[in-house]
Amino acid sequence: MTEHIDGNVLAGPLLDIFRQDMTTATARCASCGDISVLATAMVYDAAPGWCVRCHVCDDVLLTFVRADGRLHIDLRGITSLEVGV
Amino acid sequence: MPGWPGNIAGQHVDVRLTAPDGYQATRSYSLASSGPDARLELAVDRLPDGEVSPYLVDDVQPGDMLELRGPLGGWFVWKADQTQPVQLIAGGSGVVPLVAMIRSHAASGSTAPMQLLYSVRTPQDRFFAGELDTLDTVAYAYTRSGPAGDVIGRLTKERLAAAVLPVGSAVFVCGPTGFVESVATWLVELGHDAGSVKTERFGGA
Repeated sequence: MTEHIDGNVLAGPLLDIFRQDMTTATARCASCGDISVLATAMVYDAAPGWCVRCHVCDDVLLTFVRADGRLHIDLRGITSLEVGV
Repeated sequence: MPGWPGNIAGQHVDVRLTAPDGYQATRSYSLASSGPDARLELAVDRLPDGEVSPYLVDDVQPGDMLELRGPLGGWFVWKADQTQPVQLIAGGSGVVPLVAMIRSHAASGSTAPMQLLYSVRTPQDRFFAGELDTLDTVAYAYTRSGPAGDVIGRLTKERLAAAVLPVGSAVFVCGPTGFVESVATWLVELGHDAGSVKTERFGGA
């Protein structure tokens, strides 16, 4: 699958790390500064993980990989996250 | 689903299958049901070369156990306390979460106008056809064949403009990625605020 889907699909996987729904969290893109809810990000299947890109500039926001019972997440493309508490 | 906490219309579940050799595959499926009911309704479109959907459609029997996580997602949801008019736009099996919204709307007695524009190949390909036939708030855009007199073919910006509620409505668009991209772009070109257009894409179809 090369066609992207969107950040709604991240609800389950990100629950393992953040323990709350992250699709409504806003993230600031480190590349272009856009601030949007993660639900609108572009998500590419990169089995056994995902690559999540900014819907404005296409740069990588985060990647994560699930392997050997571990979840590895790389957040270098996000300079801030904001969630409802 | 034992212990189900109830769900909001538009939410989904992740279904995980584990093969005898330990290989796991997880897919997200929208719920057509909403509210406190612990009996969940999914609608699964069988993708011929899919890893999960053929199993769910062809092989699962009543009584089989499935690993399921949810309810998931807090963004692509409609809540009964939202009062603005709602335009729902579905492509193919993208109608599933929108049916949940229609049901939630009816169950809550909401007075907010809500209507559905449903793009689908043919009348026979419709999900929830019997239920949708009881509503007078559904318009169809058939892409392959349909009743005589209907315009047949992919949705265009002009047909979209004629079929949807005016600017200021909340809009939910769900379908294959290409469909959602086109519709969302047209809506913004037609004057809809990008922030009032919520989208859910499920890839190629």
